[in-house]
Amino acid sequence: MAECGRVDSSTSSHTMDKSITLPPDEIFRNLENAKRFAIDIGGSLTKLAYYSTVQHKVAKVRSFDHSTKEAPSDKLYEISVQEEVTARLHFIKFENAYIETCLDFIKDHLVNTETKVIKATGGGAHKFKELIERKLGLKVDKEDEMTCLIKGCNFVLRNIPHEAFVYAKHADSEFRFQTTHPDIFPYLLVNIGSGVSIVKVESEDKFERIGGSSIGGGTFWGLGALLTKTKRFDELLQLASKGQHTSVDMLVKDIYGGSYGSLGLTGDLIASSFGKSATADKEFSKEDMAKSLLHMISNDIGQLACLYAKLHNLSRVYFGGFFIRGHPVTMHTITYSINFFTKGEVQALFLRHEGYLGAIGAFLKGAEEDNPNQYSWGENYAGSSGLMSVSPDMYPMQRARSGTFDMLEMDRLERQLVNLPLLQDPSSYIPDTVDLTEDAQAREYWLYCFEEALDGVVKRAVASQPDLPEAAERAEKFRQKYRHKLQTLRYQPFAYGSLTVRSLLDTREHCLNEFNFPDPYSKVKQRENDMALKYYQKAVNSLEKLSWEERQFALVRGVLAGNVFDWGAKAVSDVLESDPEFGFEEAKKQLEERPWLIDSYDQWLERLKGPPHRCALFFVDNSGMDIILGVMPFVRELLSRGTEVVLASNSGPALNDVTNGELQILTERIAAMDPVIQAGLKEDRLTLVQSGSSSPCLDLSRLDKVLAMVVRERKTDLVIIEGMGRAIHTNYYAMLRCESLKMAVIKNSWLADRLGGKLFSVVFKYELPAAKADQDSAVLPPV
Amino acid sequence: MDKAKSMVDKTGASGPFHVSNGQSQRGFHGPVVVVTNGGSSGGPNSSGGAFDGVHHLHRGDDAECNGSPAKRCRIRRRTESVRRNRPPFPWFGMDIGGTLVKLVYFEPVDITAEEEQEEVENLKSIRRYLTSNVAYGKTGVRDVHLELRNMTMCGRTGNLHFIRFPTQAMPRFIQMGRDKNFSSLHTTLCATGGGAYKFENDFRTMADLELLKLDELDCLIRGLLFVDRMGFNGLPEGYYFQNPSDTQSCVKKPCSLDNPFPMLLVNIGSGVSILAVYSEDNYKRVTGTSLGGGTFLGLCCLLTGCETFEEALEMASKGDSTNVDKLVKDIYGGDYERFGLQGSAVASSFGHMMSKDKRDSISKEDLARATLVTITNNIGSIARMCAVNEDQPGPFCAP
Repeated sequence: MAECGRVDSSTSSHTMDKSITLPPDEIFRNLENAKRFAIDIGGSLTKLAYYSTVQHKVAKVRSFDHSTKEAPSDKLYEISVQEEVTARLHFIKFENAYIETCLDFIKDHLVNTETKVIKATGGGAHKFKELIERKLGLKVDKEDEMTCLIKGCNFVLRNIPHEAFVYAKHADSEFRFQTTHPDIFPYLLVNIGSGVSIVKVESEDKFERIGGSSIGGGTFWGLGALLTKTKRFDELLQLASKGQHTSVDMLVKDIYGGSYGSLGLTGDLIASSFGKSATADKEFSKEDMAKSLLHMISNDIGQLACLYAKLHNLSRVYFGGFFIRGHPVTMHTITYSINFFTKGEVQALFLRHEGYLGAIGAFLKGAEEDNPNQYSWGENYAGSSGLMSVSPDMYPMQRARSGTFDMLEMDRLERQLVNLPLLQDPSSYIPDTVDLTEDAQAREYWLYCFEEALDGVVKRAVASQPDLPEAAERAEKFRQKYRHKLQTLRYQPFAYGSLTVRSLLDTREHCLNEFNFPDPYSKVKQRENDMALKYYQKAVNSLEKLSWEERQFALVRGVLAGNVFDWGAKAVSDVLESDPEFGFEEAKKQLEERPWLIDSYDQWLERLKGPPHRCALFFVDNSGMDIILGVMPFVRELLSRGTEVVLASNSGPALNDVTNGELQILTERIAAMDPVIQAGLKEDRLTLVQSGSSSPCLDLSRLDKVLAMVVRERKTDLVIIEGMGRAIHTNYYAMLRCESLKMAVIKNSWLADRLGGKLFSVVFKYELPAAKADQDSAVLPPV
Repeated sequence: MDKAKSMVDKTGASGPFHVSNGQSQRGFHGPVVVVTNGGSSGGPNSSGGAFDGVHHLHRGDDAECNGSPAKRCRIRRRTESVRRNRPPFPWFGMDIGGTLVKLVYFEPVDITAEEEQEEVENLKSIRRYLTSNVAYGKTGVRDVHLELRNMTMCGRTGNLHFIRFPTQAMPRFIQMGRDKNFSSLHTTLCATGGGAYKFENDFRTMADLELLKLDELDCLIRGLLFVDRMGFNGLPEGYYFQNPSDTQSCVKKPCSLDNPFPMLLVNIGSGVSILAVYSEDNYKRVTGTSLGGGTFLGLCCLLTGCETFEEALEMASKGDSTNVDKLVKDIYGGDYERFGLQGSAVASSFGHMMSKDKRDSISKEDLARATLVTITNNIGSIARMCAVNEDQPGPFCAP
């Protein structure tokens, strides 16, 4: 059936009179600017959605006008912190019992009076219509549930990278997240509410209910309550997880004495659900009956879903509805059933934000004039609670299921994000090298590592705002929030999709932003940029003196030495903190001598002897020495060879990575000293673009649309990715349709150890696209 | 979503199998979907399958056909020769299912005086015992209304009797076989169903009887085609319901399988098997479901405290499932037009039972009815999908 989560009405009513205290200011955030409300009221849970704007600080750089005398001569650019307003979507999920309290809170805090209407969906919407209208003074406008559900589903599939997952109860990691396929259609959505609806979705607006069944969650609950005298749905699931269905079900072996070999039916197969209970002289335990019922219903739904998937030739089947809603027991039985009936050809997929789909959809319906689908949105890790396991007594960090509020926040991204057109196979591209949800040892290490580094980050954050006395307090809040996230992830590694070094870094950035530390490294970057710039001329001059071949090697060593200057790596930041004199030459000395850990320099050199590349796309890393003394001379050489260069840098700050804003200024200054760079800019052979990201890592499937356009226009035939975050933590295995060069210095001894190297080992990975590699191989040892 | 108004009134109707009222006879979609009572549902059943194994072993007995004197002569000669190879009486066929044992017994009525004299006492007493009773022990039942009278088989004329008893009584049955010294009759005991395997050893060790084990799906198809060929005492064996969704104008119509292939055969026993049958000996099991007759009876026993299938059906015929099931109109106030769902369609089986008040006030009859509707609708839904999928090229689900 269509209703999602429409369940027992009695469960909500008896709890209504509870006196509830909640910390709503942490839950209903940014209500001052909230508009466009939508609400999805299910049988037990309410989901509220609204659009709001968030004012937060952003660090901007502005070049000093060097023509005027007032400019302080020692600084290249000035840093200013500005207020910026960005759009954010808020989704909050809470028990129906809290509706009244929540509505009161919203009413008291709602400032925006333009809002006249609230979009509503879900089975409970009509029941609370009067209450909502009275409390909020908004007109309730009902939207079709299934339409909302599908709209919401499309939205999360498109905007949240690790939205869908496969559930494997007995695997090392229970949750295996799927990479977003660029084309999400067509798919089958099996919504298991009281009944079951099977919907085929072909495009944003085209979907059809192709089938359904009356045997669904309501049957499990209703029949289960009759059989076991257990009232609550969750308790029934609990019972089921402890039961033995074989005492109630008639198995093939009960009939045959063994298997039915000629049909390939194994003895343990259920021949007849409840087949053994057709007797008056036996008592059956509640647990066993609940288990048998769960199997019966899950198998039946799985079978129907398969029949429909086959008929419509669909291989992506998502399951949702209150029967699923994160319950490991039902995810397991559904997965088992699908696997059985399709012999593994179809995988049962589940969604992290399944419970929010209706609310998201209703919201989108209301916001159609703003057309939220024209933007890209990103999950805000700081403001979202993440997926919680609902199986009780599993984790000490487990929040009680009732009485809690679950939140999802999504930020509107400045730009629309698309795939790098040069990805060999966008559908199989996985940015992250190690999935920490699967690798327990790596997870342990990195969680520890990020916790260790926390003090330093807090210190840096405070230091970045010396004029603001309350910075220390905010930094402390940041510390608590991020530490809490880390602790949560220790027990629920799958909370935000696959746990990766990238997601840990991104979560930290989101938390820093949350507490208005938009760019803790702005001053460090400024100082280092100023310093490095002074050496640029000298560096270029000394390179000029070398022979061609010596120069090529020196350029590569320069990039690598520059890459040592990374405040994100604790081993380096400790050195930089204690030794301000640590310079470019010292860094070179730290570098591993050839042969490097991964070393295809010879192939690279051979390649350079050939015709120049048409255009190189260079994903740059750190500010200071790295970009100025490492990357720029390398770029200069490429330009001199006749290769066009596109420099891609972060749109927003992350650690000491150079941002597009900073790079613009730096490049102009370098151009003033260097005719080669000057000419490059003038002739439009050197282009600066932003990546669309604010992460120390790089997801090549979510890049600024403009970048993709430039890459295509310039017929880019070489991609250079620099740094540990972009070339090792991510993209180490990325396959491209053109030549690629991945350069990084390993600044973490644990990782070095894992890769078989040591601290300051070098990865220099030059690769040809797969088709070409056959003839002209650059064979590299696997990591 | 299937209709709440199911075909409940008709489930009580007797007759071995139901044939859907497809208009065309070709293809799976729309065409012949045959539903058979696998037996566990306890009602009347057809399974002459295992028995037909005997028939199959001794083929060439088309004595039932008439023709010219020369042809009759040929037939007589052939009948004579068959008679020499004919298995000795008694002729039994047995289908040992998960819930019920179905026994078919052929009572010859053309016994000559000579035969009568030769017949051992043991055999006579078996015949008398079976044909003069309609109930055996506490649980055995002979479905007199199903008896096929004056039929010819392997050149002999006789009556075919249908007897059933619970599989739980199997040990007692074997015991009886020993007590009556059944093994002295040197008969071949043809058996199919899972029990043929499960109880094979018990037959051997307890009663000194060897079973001729036959595959149940082979037997099912053979039995189906046999009873169709035989007819039911002059009437077609199969039937279907015309206008099934309209209680007023719904009528039971007889039909025969003149041109049966390909057909989808849905055999509802304790569980359900769905077969795609292309010819008498070419078929595959497409899928099955564990929600079958055993589920109906099992759930009814748990929910209502009833003990037999008859009791459960009786209750179901008096109940109203809409007190138990949540209908589309209970949720949407009427039809859900966006998806063309009628208000009377079941949205959630047992959906009303989520509420405690409704649980406390529900009648056993309503629960039995809802159980029946749930199971039958589900089987119908899966069968329909299989029929549609069978018409599609390419592989399909076949566990």
